[in-house]
Amino acid sequence: MNVEKKTMRDVFIESVYNRMHGDSNIFFLSADFGSPKLDILREKFRERFINVGIAEQNLINVSTGLALEGYTVYAYAIAPFLTMRAFEQIRINIALHAQLMDVNVNIIGVGAGLSYDVSGPTHHCLEDISIMRTLPNISIFSPSDWAMAEKFVDYSIRVKKPKYIRFDGKPLPRIYENIRDVKLENGFHEIREGDEICLISTGYMTHKALCIADSLSRIGLLIGVIDVFLLKPINEEQFFKLLKKYRSVITIEEAFIEKGGLDSLISGILSKRNSSVRLRRKGFGDSYVFEMGSRDHLHKLNGLDDESIIKDIREMLKS
Amino acid sequence: MLPNVSDRFFDFLKEKSLWVRKETLDIHRIAQETRLASSLSCVEILVTLYYGKIINHNPKNTKWEQRDRFIISKGHGSISFYPILADLGYFPKEELGRVCKEGTFLGGIPDCIIPGYETTNGSLGHGLGVACGIALALKRRDRKEKVFVLLGDGELYEGSVWEAVMFAREHMLDNLTAIVDDNKICMLDFCRNILNLEPLEDKFRAFQWDVHTVDGHNVRELHNILLNLRKDERGKPKVLIASTVKGKGVPVLETDPLNHIKNIKPEDIDRVISDLK
Repeated sequence: MNVEKKTMRDVFIESVYNRMHGDSNIFFLSADFGSPKLDILREKFRERFINVGIAEQNLINVSTGLALEGYTVYAYAIAPFLTMRAFEQIRINIALHAQLMDVNVNIIGVGAGLSYDVSGPTHHCLEDISIMRTLPNISIFSPSDWAMAEKFVDYSIRVKKPKYIRFDGKPLPRIYENIRDVKLENGFHEIREGDEICLISTGYMTHKALCIADSLSRIGLLIGVIDVFLLKPINEEQFFKLLKKYRSVITIEEAFIEKGGLDSLISGILSKRNSSVRLRRKGFGDSYVFEMGSRDHLHKLNGLDDESIIKDIREMLKS
Repeated sequence: MLPNVSDRFFDFLKEKSLWVRKETLDIHRIAQETRLASSLSCVEILVTLYYGKIINHNPKNTKWEQRDRFIISKGHGSISFYPILADLGYFPKEELGRVCKEGTFLGGIPDCIIPGYETTNGSLGHGLGVACGIALALKRRDRKEKVFVLLGDGELYEGSVWEAVMFAREHMLDNLTAIVDDNKICMLDFCRNILNLEPLEDKFRAFQWDVHTVDGHNVRELHNILLNLRKDERGKPKVLIASTVKGKGVPVLETDPLNHIKNIKPEDIDRVISDLK
């Protein structure tokens, strides 16, 4: 594995920056949120970079206006504030209009899950997938590494529909070495093939799932890992074909569970087809996390640490 | 002395306003869900913009590139725009007899599926920000079309309006004119009894907008000022605060602070129409 760590946002923004040279139809808007690569973009494209101030609602509204006039727009801010402060702006101006006309607004939220671990519950983003999934007409992209993030830039320009793009805040190593072979439109990829049990994850948790699968493989246990990067739209038929190879699947996510997130997506796919595949959901219960600590510490408190997940795997293997 | 052309023109706008009020009441007769009082306060504003030829538009092509963009942010209070759109040829007049009925596109609150509406604005506080994005796009492309936004005064309680107010000045959106239908009443009371919006002019001035006021029922004044504002490109966004009466033309509504949710019963509509002046 290539161990060089990069943030998804920097790789993504650099790629957008490169596209902006040849495509005068791109605007990049931020709600006073930055990144090293954004500094280069905003210096070079002063006419098409706009900082709207700490005003997520207006970020979405102005982006909508630009998109209605035909621009490709990136609306960039901290994930929980963007999706939850401006949820109604996203609903009315983006989701609703997109049913009748082209609205290519790419809503980029940085800080998925527990990216901002020690910033506490205001900055934890455990609800975004659930609430964004409820909106018609918006795609949800949740990559696990920068290579996938980079691949999505072309899609974001080409597909003239709104998208919610959620990036982890931390630099992470590359997962996909052969990204060209991954089909974006499917929405998922089986990174490790397993025997009986499969871990299903998105974003940062895919790194965790791979670690667990790799450590168990050393003792002869083959655990599958499926990375879900496009939660909506997703190729359900293809996904089900893959899921039914397994006796049990475990969703692991930095999100509240049983509220419409990744676990609910999988549960829906299985139950609609009366599947006998067993599902266990691991994530956050119905409460916020006030205790401070690293991501690993917070995982431990909520049963998302390696040890707890391996315990679940062993239990499911026995039963 | 014979009236001059100009007098005739304003008489025409007055007649149209009377006709729009009558049609709006006719719609309310069959669709009691419509917000009548709020739709009556902005009649002269809408009539002046469209029959007064302030707004460039093309009923045969709603996506015509050279059209001015008109965003009705106080969406609920624009049922009076339906007869205008039908009269100008955006859709057949028969549709006015089907408002809120099964299968029609004319709802109690308008959506952008209605030909002639740029956006959907059933929820308040969105229109000005979207209009800012449109105005910015037009500026970046060096286009000459203008952007008009109709806001309610009660809508100004929404914080997102003021995010847009700040934005418009910073980006010198002088192709943008906001018109406030200042009818002074919200859902439950007079605005002055809720959170006083006054002094409203000073609020916009503090944000360095170009501020104007007008009697929102005087078509001559409205026409003169809107024509000037359309041409004005001196770097500042413009706001026209139009003093209006909520429920204008229907005495039983005009005096009632709860008129937002007050209906006129179908059997009373004929009498109200015959009393219209």
